[in-house]
Amino acid sequence: HSGFTMSTTNNIAQARKLVEQLRIEAGIERIKVSKASSELMNYCEQHARNDPLLVGVPASENPFKDKKPCIIL
Amino acid sequence: LGCDGLQELQLLQLWNSRCSNHQLFAVHQVAERVEALGQFVMKTRRTLKGHGNKVLCMDWCKDKRRIVSSSQDGKVIVWDSFTTNKEHAVTMPCTWVMACAYAPSGCAIACGGLDNKCSVYPLTFDKNENMAAKKKSVAMHTNYLSACSFTNSDMQILTASGDGTCALWDVESGQLLQSFHGHGADVLCLDLAPSETGNTFVSGGCDKKAMVWDMRSGQCIQSFETHDSDINSVRYYPSGDAFASGSDDATCRLYDLRADREVAIYSKESIIFGASSVDFSLSGRLLFAGYNDYTINVWDVLKGSRVSILFGHENRVSTLRVSPDGTAFCSGSWDHTLRIWA
Repeated sequence: HSGFTMSTTNNIAQARKLVEQLRIEAGIERIKVSKASSELMNYCEQHARNDPLLVGVPASENPFKDKKPCIIL
Repeated sequence: LGCDGLQELQLLQLWNSRCSNHQLFAVHQVAERVEALGQFVMKTRRTLKGHGNKVLCMDWCKDKRRIVSSSQDGKVIVWDSFTTNKEHAVTMPCTWVMACAYAPSGCAIACGGLDNKCSVYPLTFDKNENMAAKKKSVAMHTNYLSACSFTNSDMQILTASGDGTCALWDVESGQLLQSFHGHGADVLCLDLAPSETGNTFVSGGCDKKAMVWDMRSGQCIQSFETHDSDINSVRYYPSGDAFASGSDDATCRLYDLRADREVAIYSKESIIFGASSVDFSLSGRLLFAGYNDYTINVWDVLKGSRVSILFGHENRVSTLRVSPDGTAFCSGSWDHTLRIWA
C-alpha cells in the first residue's frame, strides 16, 4: 500500500530530523534555574536606579512629563 | 535511529523538559526575598493621531524621540513623539503593513506586510523629494512579512514571515545572506540579542515555539515549546541571558537561555485575551504587555505579580516598545492611535 509507505517514510524522516536537532541542543551547557534566577535578580538590582519607568523621574528630567507652567506674580 | 539507550534517555529527558509547563523551581520562588514594588502611576502623556486604520507596528528611533508606525491602511508615518508632529508619511502599495523598523542611523526606515517584501525608505527632509521614489526592495518572502529589524547597522535587515522562515538580507544588494528554517508554521515575531551578547536572535511563531538562532550558521541553537497558542511577541531581557514572550494563550513567559528552560509565567485567571506585544523596562524588572482586551498589564518580572493595569486604548493593543533611554513606552492599537506612557 504505497500511501502507508509514504507516510511511514515521512514520519521516520521527521523523527530523524528531530533527533538530530535535539543532539545539537543537548550539547549546550546548562546552569541551574536557581543560579539563573539569582543572576536575573542581580541584574535588576544593579540597574534599578537607572530605570526611569521603575523609579520614576521628575517632570524636569522626563521630556514626556509636562512641566508645571510658571506663574509670574 | 542511530543512538544508544543512554543517549536516547537523555534526549527524551531534554525533549520532556523543553515541552514541560510544570515548574519545579521558578524565578518567583528565588525572588521571595526581593522587595515588592510600590504603587505605579503611569499615564498617557501623548496621543499620536493620524492613522486611518489599525496601527499594527511601531519602532523607536535611537534618538529616543522619533517613532515610525505602520497601519492596516498601508500608511507608514514617522512622528516626533515630543511634539506629536508627523515628519514623514508614505503610502505602501499594499494594505496590512505588519512590520516596520527604524534604521540605527535614524536616516531610514524599513517596512512590509501583505506585499511579502521588506522595503527600505531613506528619510529625506527635502520637501521636493517624494519619499516613495527612493524606495528599495530588500527582502522577498513567499508569504506576508510579520516582523523586521535592522541589525547593528543600516546594512543588514532580519525578517520574519508567514512563510515559516526568517532571513538575513544585505540592504544595498538585496542579497539573501542567511535563511533560518525550523518553524512549523508562520513566524510572527523576532528580536535581536543585545549587541554585547553576540550574533543570535529569537523568533516566535504559530507553531507555539520560540527558537533561538545563530545568525552566522543559520542553525537553531535552542527552542522552547511551552505556550499553548501562537507566540505574538518575543523580547530579550536587557542582559541578553533571557527573553520574554507574549502569546494568544493569554500568558507571557520568561525563558532563561543558560538554564535552557522556561523560568516564569505571567498570568491571571481574569486575563483571558491574548498578549500581542511585550517589552522590558531598562533594568528588566518590569515587563509591559499589550493585550487584545485593550489593556496594558505591567508585570513584576521577578515576583510574577501584576503591578499595574493601564486603560486608555479603545481597541486591541497590537504593538508596544519601551523608548531607547527607558523614559517612556509607546503602544499602538487597532483604535488607530499610538500612546506614549510615562
